[in-house]
Amino acid sequence: MKTKIPIGPYHPLMEEPESFLLDVDGDRITGIDVRLSYNHRGIEKLSEGRTFEQVPFIVERICGICSNSHPYAYVLAFEDLAGIQVPERAQYIRTIVAELERIHSHFLWIGLAGHFLGYNTVFMWAWKHREDILDAFEAISGNRQNYAVMCPGGVRWDIDDDARRLIAEKIDAIEPKARLFLKAICDDPVLHARLRGVGVLPKEDAIAYGALGPTARASGLAIDVRRDHPYGAYDRVEWDVCVEGGCDVLAKAMVRARENIESIRIIRQCLRDLPPGPIRVEPEEAPAGEGIGHVEAPRGECFHYVRSDGGNRPIRHKVRAPTFMNLPTCQVTVPGMTLADTTIVLAAIDPCYCCTERTVVVRRDGSRVGWGDLVRLSREKTERLCREIRRPER
Amino acid sequence: MSGDRTIARERIESGVREGLGRRCLALAWSSRERLWIDIEPASIRDAVACMCRRLGARLATATGFDAADAFEVLYHFAFDAEGIVATLRVRIQDRERPEIDSVADFLPSANWIEREIYDILGIRFRGHPDPRRLLLSDDWPEGVHPLRRKA
Repeated sequence: MKTKIPIGPYHPLMEEPESFLLDVDGDRITGIDVRLSYNHRGIEKLSEGRTFEQVPFIVERICGICSNSHPYAYVLAFEDLAGIQVPERAQYIRTIVAELERIHSHFLWIGLAGHFLGYNTVFMWAWKHREDILDAFEAISGNRQNYAVMCPGGVRWDIDDDARRLIAEKIDAIEPKARLFLKAICDDPVLHARLRGVGVLPKEDAIAYGALGPTARASGLAIDVRRDHPYGAYDRVEWDVCVEGGCDVLAKAMVRARENIESIRIIRQCLRDLPPGPIRVEPEEAPAGEGIGHVEAPRGECFHYVRSDGGNRPIRHKVRAPTFMNLPTCQVTVPGMTLADTTIVLAAIDPCYCCTERTVVVRRDGSRVGWGDLVRLSREKTERLCREIRRPER
Repeated sequence: MSGDRTIARERIESGVREGLGRRCLALAWSSRERLWIDIEPASIRDAVACMCRRLGARLATATGFDAADAFEVLYHFAFDAEGIVATLRVRIQDRERPEIDSVADFLPSANWIEREIYDILGIRFRGHPDPRRLLLSDDWPEGVHPLRRKA
């Protein structure tokens, strides 16, 4: 029996609605179609009505999780356009904030992944430990989210000695937790049985679709804007680009778990080396022209293009979020999977993952299956594997 | 490091000049990492194929822009090994029926952005494999494109 399963588009947990239409033959997915933009907010047009100084506050609201990434890419684009040299201290503060954000975003993903697989303890722990990072943001900016750190020419908030000590403490507190999750992903036989070979994105497909961030790096594609197009203080500190060759969901989990450790390394060095001096330069009037800025957000490259006619507002501001490139890879990763695996495969790119609550399957006999049933299928598979692996038949 | 970058710049520039040949109308650096290249709309398929296949660039995205007297489409390519972003610019003069060839048939990463640019600016991508609406809602009127100047 052929069945079509619509997933989405709305879920109150997620900030960005999407809709998937799955073609199912028995338990196998044979095709997938994606629709997005149920919540098109016209940010690019809104941005044209704001001054260059105001735009960061608009683009900060594009993403609720990595709310620093879009302002960062925008200010780099503006500084590229206006030819501004940002003070050293601001470069380090920008880097610290960006890496704190990566940790909290990756912890958030690890928690959600645990939730979908039926490991609710992982979900509770990951989100609890993530609070340490949000405390650090509060110490820097007064806000747990939307920290408004980036501004053209530098940063709006300094990191004073108190905040520096607090960030160092929070980093020390979260490091053993980050290592715990990394070890769990490396060692847990159930996770390996559950995620290995699931949702495979071959390297050539990752290249063809322009995949970014952990989605690309888990398919053996060693790209990372922080290293390839250096900005901030990334070329002044020691760190490694995390690449895995498995191409599956396990590899994506590994990349993120390893990146937490690298982010901690980066933050420690930045706190140690934080140079004295001003935290911003007042930008002069922007000349007519155009600029490009891109940063490595937790999900991949955030890309911004800004154009000026010499006035004080952009006449065009193009924004491209990483999920725009990563989401279409589900055309490769989902077909062939079972329904029980679809949940984690779609979650594996860490989309701003709104969509998936309102799943309704209308079977030909009229009975209905919801998103809750998909999560249940996913968890039952994990439990089955648990039983097989932990208590093998004698 | 800076020496490497200089060599990388020269290699990318000569690669672009050789690959595009006479299709390259203008080429300029705005900074050490930003290259801007003007081409004719008619040569877009060859030019994109040259950037991605011959020179190994990654299509980061494209920007559509209503420049009043014409439409512009800017194709942004990242050279990740060299730390350079190169932008191919085409100007489409026909304001009544703006059209350009699609590259999505051989470049999946162009698929969604071409659909987006059609939605917001009404530039049609000839030969697009899946030219459905991407961004605008189902009840948005046909033929109205929100990022056009007169919209």
